[in-house]
Amino acid sequence: MPGFCYFPHTEEDIREMLRKIGVDSLDDLNADIPADFVYKGEYDLPDALSEQQVREFFEGLAAKNTTLKVFAGAGAYDHYTPSVIPYITSRSEFLTAYTPYQCEISQGTLRYIFEFQSLVCSLTGLDVANASMYDGPTAAAEAMRMCVASARKKNTVLLSAGLLPNVRKVVETYAKYSGINLEYIALKDCRTSLDSLKALLESGDVAGAIVPGINRLGIIEDLSGFADALHGAGALLAEYCDPSALAVLKTPAEWGADIAVGDAQTLGIPLCYGGPYVGFMACTQAHMRKLPGRIVGEARDSQGRRCFVLTLQAREQHIRREKATSNICSNQSLMALWVTVYLSLMGPQGMKEVNDLSYAGAHYLYDRLLETGKFRKVSDAPFLKEFALEPLVDAKALQNVLCEAGFFGALLTEEGYVTFCVTEKRTKEEIDAMIDVIKEVRE
Amino acid sequence: MSKIIEGLLYSESHEWVKVEGDIAVIGVTDYAQAEMGDITYVDAPSEGDEFGKGEEFGALESVKASSDMYCPVSGEVVEVNADVVDAPEKVNEDAYGAWIIKVKMSDPDELSALMDAAAYKALTDK
Repeated sequence: MPGFCYFPHTEEDIREMLRKIGVDSLDDLNADIPADFVYKGEYDLPDALSEQQVREFFEGLAAKNTTLKVFAGAGAYDHYTPSVIPYITSRSEFLTAYTPYQCEISQGTLRYIFEFQSLVCSLTGLDVANASMYDGPTAAAEAMRMCVASARKKNTVLLSAGLLPNVRKVVETYAKYSGINLEYIALKDCRTSLDSLKALLESGDVAGAIVPGINRLGIIEDLSGFADALHGAGALLAEYCDPSALAVLKTPAEWGADIAVGDAQTLGIPLCYGGPYVGFMACTQAHMRKLPGRIVGEARDSQGRRCFVLTLQAREQHIRREKATSNICSNQSLMALWVTVYLSLMGPQGMKEVNDLSYAGAHYLYDRLLETGKFRKVSDAPFLKEFALEPLVDAKALQNVLCEAGFFGALLTEEGYVTFCVTEKRTKEEIDAMIDVIKEVRE
Repeated sequence: MSKIIEGLLYSESHEWVKVEGDIAVIGVTDYAQAEMGDITYVDAPSEGDEFGKGEEFGALESVKASSDMYCPVSGEVVEVNADVVDAPEKVNEDAYGAWIIKVKMSDPDELSALMDAAAYKALTDK
Protein backbone atom coordinates (compact mmCIF):
# COMPACT_ATOMS: atom_id res chain seq x y z
CA MET A 1 0.00 0.00 0.00
CA PRO A 2 1.45 3.39 -0.94
CA GLY A 3 1.82 5.87 1.90
CA PHE A 4 -1.18 8.21 1.74
CA CYS A 5 -0.52 11.35 3.70
CA TYR A 6 -4.14 11.61 4.92
CA PHE A 7 -4.23 8.13 6.46
CA PRO A 8 -3.63 8.40 10.20
CA HIS A 9 -1.79 5.07 10.51
CA THR A 10 1.64 4.37 9.08
CA GLU A 11 2.59 0.92 7.84
CA GLU A 12 4.62 0.64 11.01
CA ASP A 13 1.56 1.54 13.17
CA ILE A 14 -0.51 -1.12 11.46
CA ARG A 15 2.20 -3.80 11.86
CA GLU A 16 2.54 -2.90 15.52
CA MET A 17 -1.20 -3.15 16.16
CA LEU A 18 -1.47 -6.48 14.34
CA ARG A 19 1.50 -7.84 16.31
CA LYS A 20 -0.12 -6.73 19.58
CA ILE A 21 -3.29 -8.74 18.91
CA GLY A 22 -1.38 -11.66 17.44
CA VAL A 23 -2.51 -11.47 13.81
CA ASP A 24 -0.09 -11.63 10.89
CA SER A 25 -1.83 -9.44 8.32
CA LEU A 26 -4.96 -7.38 7.61
CA ASP A 27 -6.30 -10.29 5.54
CA ASP A 28 -5.97 -12.57 8.57
CA LEU A 29 -7.77 -9.98 10.69
CA ASN A 30 -10.72 -10.15 8.28
CA ALA A 31 -10.63 -13.96 7.97
CA ASP A 32 -13.97 -14.36 9.76
CA ILE A 33 -15.84 -12.67 6.90
CA PRO A 34 -17.45 -15.46 4.84
CA ALA A 35 -15.76 -15.78 1.44
CA ASP A 36 -19.09 -15.19 -0.35
CA PHE A 37 -19.25 -11.67 1.00
CA VAL A 38 -15.75 -10.65 0.05
CA TYR A 39 -15.46 -8.58 -3.12
CA LYS A 40 -12.93 -10.25 -5.38
CA GLY A 41 -12.79 -8.01 -8.45
CA GLU A 42 -10.61 -5.02 -9.06
CA TYR A 43 -12.06 -1.71 -7.86
CA ASP A 44 -12.89 0.48 -10.83
CA LEU A 45 -11.50 3.69 -9.40
CA PRO A 46 -9.77 6.53 -11.21
CA ASP A 47 -6.13 7.23 -10.48
CA ALA A 48 -5.39 9.36 -7.47
CA LEU A 49 -5.20 13.11 -8.11
CA SER A 50 -2.89 15.65 -6.56
CA GLU A 51 -4.34 18.35 -4.34
CA GLN A 52 -3.99 20.83 -7.17
CA GLN A 53 -5.78 18.52 -9.62
CA VAL A 54 -8.63 17.95 -7.16
CA ARG A 55 -8.99 21.69 -6.69
CA GLU A 56 -9.09 22.30 -10.45
CA PHE A 57 -11.64 19.54 -10.92
CA PHE A 58 -14.07 21.02 -8.42
CA GLU A 59 -13.45 24.58 -9.56
CA GLY A 60 -14.36 23.41 -13.06
CA LEU A 61 -17.64 21.95 -11.75
CA ALA A 62 -18.39 25.09 -9.77
CA ALA A 63 -17.78 27.25 -12.86
CA LYS A 64 -20.74 25.54 -14.54
CA ASN A 65 -23.10 27.11 -11.99
CA THR A 66 -25.21 30.03 -13.11
CA THR A 67 -26.31 32.40 -10.39
CA LEU A 68 -29.91 33.46 -10.90
CA LYS A 69 -31.96 36.05 -9.05
CA VAL A 70 -34.36 33.92 -7.05
CA PHE A 71 -38.06 34.69 -7.38
CA ALA A 72 -39.08 31.16 -6.43
CA GLY A 73 -40.10 29.64 -3.11
CA ALA A 74 -41.98 26.34 -2.92
CA GLY A 75 -40.47 25.37 0.41
CA ALA A 76 -36.98 26.89 0.14
CA TYR A 77 -36.55 30.65 0.43
CA ASP A 78 -33.75 33.03 -0.46
CA HIS A 79 -33.42 34.96 2.77
CA TYR A 80 -30.21 36.73 3.69
CA THR A 81 -27.55 34.94 5.73
CA PRO A 82 -25.71 37.39 7.99
CA SER A 83 -21.96 36.71 7.76
CA VAL A 84 -21.59 36.35 11.51
CA ILE A 85 -23.43 33.00 11.31
CA PRO A 86 -20.84 30.98 9.37
CA TYR A 87 -18.14 32.66 11.45
CA ILE A 88 -19.63 31.51 14.76
CA THR A 89 -20.82 28.08 13.61
CA SER A 90 -17.44 27.19 12.13
CA ARG A 91 -15.67 27.65 15.47
CA SER A 92 -14.05 24.34 16.31
CA GLU A 93 -15.94 24.07 19.62
CA PHE A 94 -19.17 23.91 17.62
CA LEU A 95 -18.28 22.46 14.24
CA THR A 96 -19.94 19.07 14.17
CA ALA A 97 -23.12 17.98 12.43
CA TYR A 98 -23.63 15.36 15.07
CA THR A 99 -25.99 15.00 17.95
CA PRO A 100 -24.10 14.84 21.26
CA TYR A 101 -23.24 11.29 22.31
CA GLN A 102 -21.22 11.83 25.47
CA CYS A 103 -23.96 14.32 26.01
CA GLU A 104 -23.60 15.66 29.54
CA ILE A 105 -19.90 16.31 29.01
CA SER A 106 -20.83 18.59 26.08
CA GLN A 107 -22.46 21.33 28.11
CA GLY A 108 -21.85 23.95 25.41
CA THR A 109 -23.64 21.84 22.81
CA LEU A 110 -26.53 21.09 25.14
CA ARG A 111 -26.75 24.78 25.97
CA TYR A 112 -27.21 25.91 22.37
CA ILE A 113 -29.70 23.13 21.70
CA PHE A 114 -31.63 24.32 24.75
CA GLU A 115 -31.57 27.84 23.29
CA PHE A 116 -32.74 26.47 19.91
CA GLN A 117 -35.66 24.68 21.60
CA SER A 118 -36.56 27.82 23.54
CA LEU A 119 -36.56 29.89 20.32
CA VAL A 120 -38.79 27.32 18.57
CA CYS A 121 -41.18 27.46 21.54
CA SER A 122 -41.20 31.22 21.38
CA LEU A 123 -42.01 31.27 17.63
CA THR A 124 -44.67 28.55 17.78
CA GLY A 125 -46.12 29.49 21.17
CA LEU A 126 -46.02 25.81 22.17
CA ASP A 127 -44.63 24.39 25.42
CA VAL A 128 -41.97 21.90 24.36
CA ALA A 129 -39.66 21.60 21.34
CA ASN A 130 -37.20 18.88 20.48
CA ALA A 131 -33.54 19.28 19.58
CA SER A 132 -34.39 19.51 15.83
CA MET A 133 -35.31 17.15 13.01
CA TYR A 134 -33.53 16.49 9.71
CA ASP A 135 -35.78 18.75 7.65
CA GLY A 136 -39.38 19.89 7.26
CA PRO A 137 -40.76 16.89 5.36
CA THR A 138 -39.39 14.30 7.82
CA ALA A 139 -40.64 16.46 10.70
CA ALA A 140 -44.12 16.30 9.11
CA ALA A 141 -43.81 12.51 8.89
CA GLU A 142 -42.93 12.40 12.60
CA ALA A 143 -46.01 14.54 13.32
CA MET A 144 -48.10 11.94 11.51
CA ARG A 145 -46.64 9.18 13.68
CA MET A 146 -47.12 11.22 16.83
CA CYS A 147 -50.83 11.68 16.04
CA VAL A 148 -51.26 7.92 15.66
CA ALA A 149 -49.24 7.18 18.82
CA SER A 150 -51.35 9.63 20.84
CA ALA A 151 -54.68 8.36 19.58
CA ARG A 152 -53.85 4.73 20.37
CA LYS A 153 -56.36 2.80 18.27
CA LYS A 154 -56.98 5.21 15.38
CA ASN A 155 -54.93 4.82 12.26
CA THR A 156 -55.86 7.56 9.78
CA VAL A 157 -54.06 10.88 9.40
CA LEU A 158 -55.40 13.66 7.21
CA LEU A 159 -53.10 15.78 5.06
CA SER A 160 -54.10 19.05 3.51
CA ALA A 161 -53.84 19.08 -0.28
CA GLY A 162 -52.24 22.48 0.31
CA LEU A 163 -49.05 20.94 1.70
CA LEU A 164 -45.98 21.12 -0.53
CA PRO A 165 -45.57 18.12 -2.84
CA ASN A 166 -42.22 17.11 -1.32
CA VAL A 167 -43.75 17.14 2.17
CA ARG A 168 -46.63 14.96 0.99
CA LYS A 169 -44.28 12.51 -0.75
CA VAL A 170 -42.14 11.98 2.35
CA VAL A 171 -45.17 11.61 4.63
CA GLU A 172 -46.68 9.12 2.16
CA THR A 173 -43.48 7.08 2.22
CA TYR A 174 -43.40 6.97 6.02
CA ALA A 175 -47.12 6.11 6.11
CA LYS A 176 -46.69 3.25 3.69
CA TYR A 177 -44.04 1.59 5.82
CA SER A 178 -45.77 2.35 9.14
CA GLY A 179 -49.15 0.97 8.01
CA ILE A 180 -50.84 4.34 8.51
CA ASN A 181 -53.79 5.32 6.35
CA LEU A 182 -53.61 8.80 4.77
CA GLU A 183 -56.53 10.82 3.41
CA TYR A 184 -56.43 14.24 1.75
CA ILE A 185 -58.36 17.32 2.84
CA ALA A 186 -59.43 19.17 -0.30
CA LEU A 187 -58.67 22.79 -1.12
CA LYS A 188 -61.57 25.16 -1.66
CA ASP A 189 -60.87 28.64 -3.06
CA CYS A 190 -57.15 27.88 -2.70
CA ARG A 191 -57.47 27.17 1.04
CA THR A 192 -57.73 23.98 3.09
CA SER A 193 -61.44 23.29 3.40
CA LEU A 194 -62.92 22.97 6.90
CA ASP A 195 -65.99 21.28 5.39
CA SER A 196 -63.81 18.67 3.73
CA LEU A 197 -62.03 18.10 7.05
CA LYS A 198 -65.33 17.66 8.89
CA ALA A 199 -66.59 15.16 6.31
CA LEU A 200 -63.40 13.10 6.67
CA LEU A 201 -63.70 13.09 10.48
CA GLU A 202 -66.93 11.14 10.24
CA SER A 203 -65.05 7.88 9.69
CA GLY A 204 -64.16 7.95 13.42
CA ASP A 205 -60.67 6.64 12.62
CA VAL A 206 -58.86 9.98 12.37
CA ALA A 207 -55.88 10.40 14.74
CA GLY A 208 -54.87 13.83 13.49
CA ALA A 209 -54.47 16.24 10.61
CA ILE A 210 -51.48 18.08 9.18
CA VAL A 211 -52.32 21.42 7.63
CA PRO A 212 -50.03 24.21 6.44
CA GLY A 213 -49.95 27.67 8.00
CA ILE A 214 -49.09 29.04 4.56
CA ASN A 215 -49.99 26.65 1.77
CA ARG A 216 -48.11 25.76 -1.43
CA LEU A 217 -49.95 28.55 -3.29
CA GLY A 218 -48.50 31.04 -0.82
CA ILE A 219 -51.86 31.69 0.78
CA ILE A 220 -52.12 32.27 4.52
CA GLU A 221 -54.57 29.66 5.76
CA ASP A 222 -57.48 30.50 8.00
CA LEU A 223 -57.47 27.67 10.54
CA SER A 224 -60.46 28.92 12.54
CA GLY A 225 -62.50 25.94 13.69
CA PHE A 226 -59.88 23.34 12.71
CA ALA A 227 -58.66 22.60 16.24
CA ASP A 228 -62.21 22.40 17.62
CA ALA A 229 -63.35 20.05 14.86
CA LEU A 230 -60.35 17.76 15.35
CA HIS A 231 -60.37 17.80 19.14
CA GLY A 232 -64.11 17.07 19.11
CA ALA A 233 -63.28 13.92 17.16
CA GLY A 234 -60.45 12.94 19.51
CA ALA A 235 -57.81 13.92 16.96
CA LEU A 236 -54.80 16.26 16.98
CA LEU A 237 -54.03 19.32 14.88
CA ALA A 238 -50.49 19.59 13.52
CA GLU A 239 -49.51 22.75 11.68
CA TYR A 240 -46.76 22.74 9.06
CA CYS A 241 -45.33 26.22 9.25
CA ASP A 242 -42.69 28.60 7.98
CA PRO A 243 -40.96 29.67 11.21
CA SER A 244 -39.81 32.98 9.69
CA ALA A 245 -43.42 33.94 8.97
CA LEU A 246 -44.49 32.90 12.49
CA ALA A 247 -42.77 36.05 13.72
CA VAL A 248 -45.71 38.04 12.27
CA LEU A 249 -48.53 35.52 11.83
CA LYS A 250 -50.84 33.82 14.31
CA THR A 251 -48.85 31.08 16.06
CA PRO A 252 -49.78 27.38 16.02
CA ALA A 253 -50.63 27.75 19.72
CA GLU A 254 -53.07 30.56 18.87
CA TRP A 255 -54.76 28.29 16.28
CA GLY A 256 -55.10 25.62 18.97
CA ALA A 257 -52.59 23.26 17.34
CA ASP A 258 -51.18 20.41 19.41
CA ILE A 259 -48.08 20.01 17.24
CA ALA A 260 -46.06 22.38 15.06
CA VAL A 261 -43.50 21.23 12.50
CA GLY A 262 -41.70 22.79 9.59
CA ASP A 263 -38.42 23.54 7.91
CA ALA A 264 -36.23 26.16 9.54
CA GLN A 265 -34.36 26.83 6.28
CA THR A 266 -36.11 30.21 6.21
CA LEU A 267 -34.14 31.21 9.30
CA GLY A 268 -30.95 32.23 7.52
CA ILE A 269 -29.92 28.94 5.93
CA PRO A 270 -28.74 29.54 2.35
CA LEU A 271 -30.10 27.65 -0.66
CA CYS A 272 -27.50 24.96 -1.40
CA TYR A 273 -29.09 22.49 -3.79
CA GLY A 274 -31.53 21.43 -1.12
CA GLY A 275 -29.49 21.20 2.03
CA PRO A 276 -28.45 20.76 4.68
CA TYR A 277 -31.58 22.28 6.15
CA VAL A 278 -33.08 21.63 9.57
CA GLY A 279 -36.56 20.67 10.70
CA PHE A 280 -38.22 21.65 13.94
CA MET A 281 -40.96 20.09 16.01
CA ALA A 282 -42.86 21.40 19.01
CA CYS A 283 -45.96 20.36 20.93
CA THR A 284 -48.09 21.13 23.93
CA GLN A 285 -47.08 19.76 27.32
CA ALA A 286 -49.98 17.30 27.19
CA HIS A 287 -48.26 15.47 24.31
CA MET A 288 -44.59 15.76 25.21
CA ARG A 289 -44.28 12.05 26.10
CA LYS A 290 -44.94 11.24 22.45
CA LEU A 291 -42.60 13.91 21.04
CA PRO A 292 -39.83 12.09 19.14
CA GLY A 293 -36.13 12.81 19.14
CA ARG A 294 -33.75 14.35 21.59
CA ILE A 295 -34.90 16.89 24.15
CA VAL A 296 -32.47 18.95 26.19
CA GLY A 297 -33.66 20.01 29.63
CA GLU A 298 -32.35 22.44 32.19
CA ALA A 299 -31.25 20.94 35.50
CA ARG A 300 -29.02 21.59 38.54
CA ASP A 301 -25.80 19.74 39.21
CA SER A 302 -24.80 18.33 42.63
CA GLN A 303 -23.54 21.78 43.64
CA GLY A 304 -26.74 23.54 42.60
CA ARG A 305 -25.30 25.05 39.41
CA ARG A 306 -27.40 25.44 36.26
CA CYS A 307 -26.63 22.69 33.76
CA PHE A 308 -28.21 20.87 30.83
CA VAL A 309 -29.11 17.22 30.31
CA LEU A 310 -30.86 15.05 27.74
CA THR A 311 -34.26 14.49 29.28
CA LEU A 312 -37.40 12.34 28.97
CA GLN A 313 -35.29 9.60 27.42
CA ALA A 314 -37.84 6.91 28.23
CA ARG A 315 -39.64 8.06 25.04
CA GLU A 316 -36.68 7.09 22.94
CA GLN A 317 -35.82 4.10 20.87
CA HIS A 318 -32.86 2.91 22.94
CA ILE A 319 -35.19 2.45 25.92
CA ARG A 320 -38.68 2.07 24.50
CA ARG A 321 -37.43 -0.15 21.65
CA GLU A 322 -40.03 -0.90 18.98
CA LYS A 323 -42.72 0.83 21.05
CA ALA A 324 -41.08 4.23 20.62
CA THR A 325 -43.05 6.73 18.54
CA SER A 326 -40.06 7.17 16.26
CA ASN A 327 -36.70 5.65 15.51
CA ILE A 328 -34.97 9.00 15.21
CA CYS A 329 -32.12 9.15 17.69
CA SER A 330 -30.18 12.07 16.28
CA ASN A 331 -30.64 15.74 15.58
CA GLN A 332 -29.44 18.24 12.97
CA SER A 333 -27.12 19.91 15.40
CA LEU A 334 -25.01 22.22 13.28
CA MET A 335 -27.96 23.68 11.38
CA ALA A 336 -29.91 24.03 14.64
CA LEU A 337 -26.98 26.12 15.87
CA TRP A 338 -27.07 28.11 12.62
CA VAL A 339 -30.74 28.95 13.21
CA THR A 340 -30.08 29.78 16.85
CA VAL A 341 -27.41 32.29 15.89
CA TYR A 342 -29.68 33.76 13.19
CA LEU A 343 -32.62 34.28 15.52
CA SER A 344 -30.42 35.65 18.30
CA LEU A 345 -28.98 38.15 15.85
CA MET A 346 -32.28 39.19 14.26
CA GLY A 347 -34.44 39.39 17.37
CA PRO A 348 -38.18 40.09 17.17
CA GLN A 349 -37.64 43.45 15.43
CA GLY A 350 -35.33 42.00 12.78
CA MET A 351 -37.76 39.18 12.08
CA LYS A 352 -40.58 41.68 11.68
CA GLU A 353 -38.49 43.72 9.21
CA VAL A 354 -37.64 40.64 7.11
CA ASN A 355 -41.35 39.89 6.83
CA ASP A 356 -42.34 43.50 6.15
CA LEU A 357 -39.80 43.81 3.33
CA SER A 358 -40.75 40.44 1.82
CA TYR A 359 -44.44 41.30 2.03
CA ALA A 360 -43.98 44.68 0.38
CA GLY A 361 -41.81 43.25 -2.43
CA ALA A 362 -44.15 40.33 -3.09
CA HIS A 363 -47.23 42.55 -3.27
CA TYR A 364 -45.45 45.00 -5.59
CA LEU A 365 -44.46 42.11 -7.92
CA TYR A 366 -48.01 40.68 -7.77
CA ASP A 367 -49.54 43.98 -8.93
CA ARG A 368 -46.93 44.49 -11.66
CA LEU A 369 -47.41 40.92 -12.99
CA LEU A 370 -51.18 41.43 -13.25
CA GLU A 371 -50.55 44.73 -15.08
CA THR A 372 -48.67 42.87 -17.81
CA GLY A 373 -51.97 41.18 -18.81
CA LYS A 374 -50.22 37.84 -19.00
CA PHE A 375 -51.65 36.45 -15.74
CA ARG A 376 -55.00 36.01 -14.03
CA LYS A 377 -55.76 36.12 -10.28
CA VAL A 378 -56.55 32.78 -8.64
CA SER A 379 -57.59 34.01 -5.22
CA ASP A 380 -58.24 37.11 -3.15
CA ALA A 381 -56.99 35.43 0.04
CA PRO A 382 -54.06 37.10 1.83
CA PHE A 383 -50.47 36.09 1.10
CA LEU A 384 -47.10 37.05 2.55
CA LYS A 385 -44.03 36.54 0.38
CA GLU A 386 -45.22 33.96 -2.13
CA PHE A 387 -48.25 33.80 -4.40
CA ALA A 388 -49.78 31.92 -7.33
CA LEU A 389 -51.22 33.28 -10.59
CA GLU A 390 -52.76 31.60 -13.58
CA PRO A 391 -50.48 32.18 -16.57
CA LEU A 392 -52.03 33.23 -19.87
CA VAL A 393 -48.75 32.43 -21.61
CA ASP A 394 -47.00 29.07 -21.84
CA ALA A 395 -45.53 28.45 -18.41
CA LYS A 396 -42.53 26.42 -19.57
CA ALA A 397 -41.63 29.06 -22.15
CA LEU A 398 -41.98 31.73 -19.46
CA GLN A 399 -39.61 29.85 -17.15
CA ASN A 400 -37.04 29.48 -19.91
CA VAL A 401 -37.15 33.13 -20.88
CA LEU A 402 -36.72 34.12 -17.24
CA CYS A 403 -33.85 31.69 -16.79
CA GLU A 404 -31.99 33.03 -19.83
CA ALA A 405 -32.42 36.56 -18.50
CA GLY A 406 -30.98 35.54 -15.11
CA PHE A 407 -34.17 35.05 -13.11
CA PHE A 408 -35.51 31.93 -11.38
CA GLY A 409 -39.28 32.02 -10.95
CA ALA A 410 -42.69 30.98 -12.26
CA LEU A 411 -42.63 27.50 -10.72
CA LEU A 412 -45.46 25.35 -12.00
CA THR A 413 -48.07 24.01 -9.54
CA GLU A 414 -50.19 20.90 -10.03
CA GLU A 415 -53.16 23.13 -11.03
CA GLY A 416 -51.10 24.71 -13.80
CA TYR A 417 -50.61 27.96 -11.89
CA VAL A 418 -47.20 29.58 -11.52
CA THR A 419 -45.80 30.77 -8.20
CA PHE A 420 -43.43 33.61 -7.47
CA CYS A 421 -41.73 34.58 -4.24
CA VAL A 422 -40.01 37.75 -3.06
CA THR A 423 -37.77 37.93 -0.01
CA GLU A 424 -36.05 40.90 1.59
CA LYS A 425 -33.07 40.26 -0.71
CA ARG A 426 -34.93 41.32 -3.87
CA THR A 427 -34.79 44.98 -4.81
CA LYS A 428 -37.33 47.07 -6.68
CA GLU A 429 -34.82 47.35 -9.55
CA GLU A 430 -34.59 43.55 -9.83
CA ILE A 431 -38.39 43.23 -9.81
CA ASP A 432 -38.74 45.92 -12.48
CA ALA A 433 -36.04 44.26 -14.59
CA MET A 434 -37.87 40.91 -14.40
CA ILE A 435 -41.18 42.59 -15.33
CA ASP A 436 -39.49 44.10 -18.42
CA VAL A 437 -38.45 40.59 -19.48
CA ILE A 438 -41.94 39.18 -18.90
CA LYS A 439 -43.57 41.95 -20.92
CA GLU A 440 -41.69 40.65 -23.95
CA VAL A 441 -42.96 37.07 -23.55
CA ARG A 442 -45.27 36.12 -26.42
CA GLU A 443 -48.20 33.73 -26.03
CA MET B 1 -38.65 -9.50 49.29
CA SER B 2 -41.61 -7.99 47.54
CA LYS B 3 -45.10 -7.88 48.99
CA ILE B 4 -47.88 -10.14 47.73
CA ILE B 5 -51.42 -9.79 49.04
CA GLU B 6 -53.83 -12.67 49.60
CA GLY B 7 -57.18 -12.35 47.87
CA LEU B 8 -55.91 -10.55 44.76
CA LEU B 9 -55.39 -12.18 41.39
CA TYR B 10 -52.13 -11.82 39.46
CA SER B 11 -50.96 -11.91 35.83
CA GLU B 12 -47.66 -13.18 34.48
CA SER B 13 -46.89 -9.65 33.31
CA HIS B 14 -47.08 -8.48 36.94
CA GLU B 15 -50.45 -6.76 37.09
CA TRP B 16 -52.77 -7.38 40.04
CA VAL B 17 -56.57 -7.53 39.86
CA LYS B 18 -59.07 -6.92 42.64
CA VAL B 19 -62.57 -8.06 41.73
CA GLU B 20 -65.46 -5.83 42.83
CA GLY B 21 -68.61 -7.31 41.25
CA ASP B 22 -68.21 -6.97 37.48
CA ILE B 23 -65.44 -4.39 37.91
CA ALA B 24 -61.75 -5.35 37.85
CA VAL B 25 -59.49 -2.90 39.69
CA ILE B 26 -56.06 -3.15 38.09
CA GLY B 27 -52.60 -2.09 39.21
CA VAL B 28 -49.01 -3.33 39.03
CA THR B 29 -47.46 -5.53 41.70
CA ASP B 30 -44.94 -4.57 44.34
CA TYR B 31 -42.45 -6.83 42.55
CA ALA B 32 -42.96 -4.83 39.31
CA GLN B 33 -42.51 -1.42 40.96
CA ALA B 34 -39.33 -2.62 42.70
CA GLU B 35 -37.90 -3.86 39.38
CA MET B 36 -38.72 -0.54 37.68
CA GLY B 37 -37.14 1.75 40.25
CA ASP B 38 -38.41 5.31 40.71
CA ILE B 39 -41.50 5.66 38.55
CA THR B 40 -41.79 9.08 36.94
CA TYR B 41 -44.75 8.76 34.61
CA VAL B 42 -47.91 6.72 34.24
CA ASP B 43 -49.14 6.56 30.65
CA ALA B 44 -52.77 5.67 31.31
CA PRO B 45 -55.63 5.13 28.85
CA SER B 46 -58.82 7.18 28.76
CA GLU B 47 -62.19 6.28 30.16
CA GLY B 48 -64.23 4.49 27.53
CA ASP B 49 -61.21 2.79 25.91
CA GLU B 50 -61.73 -0.92 25.38
CA PHE B 51 -59.05 -3.56 25.73
CA GLY B 52 -58.91 -7.28 25.11
CA LYS B 53 -57.27 -9.69 27.53
CA GLY B 54 -53.50 -9.36 27.28
CA GLU B 55 -53.71 -6.14 25.29
CA GLU B 56 -51.40 -3.26 26.19
CA PHE B 57 -53.34 -0.54 28.01
CA GLY B 58 -50.58 1.82 29.09
CA ALA B 59 -46.99 2.09 30.27
CA LEU B 60 -44.92 3.03 33.27
CA GLU B 61 -41.78 5.06 32.90
CA SER B 62 -38.94 5.20 35.35
CA VAL B 63 -35.84 7.34 34.93
CA LYS B 64 -34.14 4.95 32.54
CA ALA B 65 -36.78 2.40 31.61
CA SER B 66 -40.24 2.08 30.21
CA SER B 67 -42.51 -0.88 30.74
CA ASP B 68 -45.87 -1.64 29.15
CA MET B 69 -48.88 -2.70 31.18
CA TYR B 70 -51.22 -5.40 29.84
CA CYS B 71 -54.89 -5.73 30.57
CA PRO B 72 -55.45 -9.01 32.52
CA VAL B 73 -59.14 -9.17 31.51
CA SER B 74 -61.19 -7.87 28.58
CA GLY B 75 -63.44 -4.88 29.07
CA GLU B 76 -64.00 -1.17 29.02
CA VAL B 77 -62.10 1.34 31.17
CA VAL B 78 -64.63 2.98 33.48
CA GLU B 79 -62.22 4.93 35.68
CA VAL B 80 -58.58 6.05 35.61
CA ASN B 81 -56.80 6.86 38.86
CA ALA B 82 -56.02 10.54 38.37
CA ASP B 83 -54.17 10.69 41.71
CA VAL B 84 -51.60 8.19 40.46
CA VAL B 85 -51.28 9.91 37.07
CA ASP B 86 -50.56 13.17 38.93
CA ALA B 87 -48.20 11.52 41.43
CA PRO B 88 -46.57 8.44 39.83
CA GLU B 89 -44.37 7.89 42.90
CA LYS B 90 -47.48 6.50 44.62
CA VAL B 91 -46.90 3.29 42.64
CA ASN B 92 -43.53 2.93 44.38
CA GLU B 93 -44.94 3.86 47.78
CA ASP B 94 -47.90 1.48 47.76
CA ALA B 95 -48.29 -0.64 44.63
CA TYR B 96 -51.51 -2.27 45.87
CA GLY B 97 -53.10 1.01 46.93
CA ALA B 98 -52.15 2.79 43.70
CA TRP B 99 -54.60 1.16 41.31
CA ILE B 100 -54.30 2.43 37.74
CA ILE B 101 -57.57 1.61 36.00
CA LYS B 102 -60.97 0.07 36.71
CA VAL B 103 -62.34 -2.11 33.94
CA LYS B 104 -65.91 -3.27 33.48
CA MET B 105 -65.33 -6.90 32.54
CA SER B 106 -66.93 -8.27 29.40
CA ASP B 107 -65.97 -11.87 30.20
CA PRO B 108 -65.43 -12.52 33.94
CA ASP B 109 -64.58 -16.16 33.15
CA GLU B 110 -61.16 -14.86 32.08
CA LEU B 111 -60.37 -14.36 35.78
CA SER B 112 -59.89 -18.10 36.15
CA ALA B 113 -56.73 -17.91 34.03
CA LEU B 114 -55.04 -15.57 36.53
CA MET B 115 -52.85 -16.68 39.44
CA ASP B 116 -53.65 -16.54 43.13
CA ALA B 117 -51.16 -15.17 45.67
CA ALA B 118 -49.40 -18.51 46.17
CA ALA B 119 -48.94 -19.11 42.46
CA TYR B 120 -47.67 -15.58 41.90
CA LYS B 121 -45.23 -15.96 44.82
CA ALA B 122 -43.91 -19.12 43.18
CA LEU B 123 -43.44 -17.17 39.92
CA THR B 124 -41.53 -14.30 41.49
CA ASP B 125 -39.41 -16.58 43.65
CA LYS B 126 -38.01 -18.32 40.57
